[in-house]
Amino acid sequence: MELTEYLGFGLTLLGMPFFLSGTTGLLRFPDIYTRLHALTKADNVGLGLVTMGAMLQTHSWVTALKLLLIWLLILVTSAISCHLVARAALMRGIRPWQNR
Amino acid sequence: MNDASLILAFFLLFNLIGGLIRILRGPTPADSMLAAQLFGTTGVAILTILAKAMKMPALLDVALLFALLAAVVVVAFVVRFWASASDRK
Repeated sequence: MELTEYLGFGLTLLGMPFFLSGTTGLLRFPDIYTRLHALTKADNVGLGLVTMGAMLQTHSWVTALKLLLIWLLILVTSAISCHLVARAALMRGIRPWQNR
Repeated sequence: MNDASLILAFFLLFNLIGGLIRILRGPTPADSMLAAQLFGTTGVAILTILAKAMKMPALLDVALLFALLAAVVVVAFVVRFWASASDRK
């Protein structure tokens, strides 16, 4: 029991750099496509690690399933919204950033 | 262990506040809406950690609701407000 607590905390801790890189990407990347990329990928890995850590720390199956459901829902959400925003930006004629 | 979890929740909160700067700077409305997406993922992570650290399991339901609303918010923004006329069906 103690071991799973520590493992769960370790997984949660492991997720923090991903959130940090997601926020840094949102602030520092040059255009909307690259920002979408940073936000919807890095943050999802971080959230996956945080929910996995919480699943290890809980003792009830219902809570673990609820956490899994939260993560899956966020995955679907970010995939859909990423594609929608990128498509709308392309239709508006926003050019993807190119390094010259 | 719970105190350390609270520190992690604080760290995520600062991430969230940092993301708010993008709302001020974002050249297009969609850049500002990305902050809503950030609230979706990071906010849910904060609630997940708090539910364990403060022994309030109800916060997990709040997290579920946040995840649901994040989807609706961004889709509504793009479809109703930001899509160009040619893209609109």
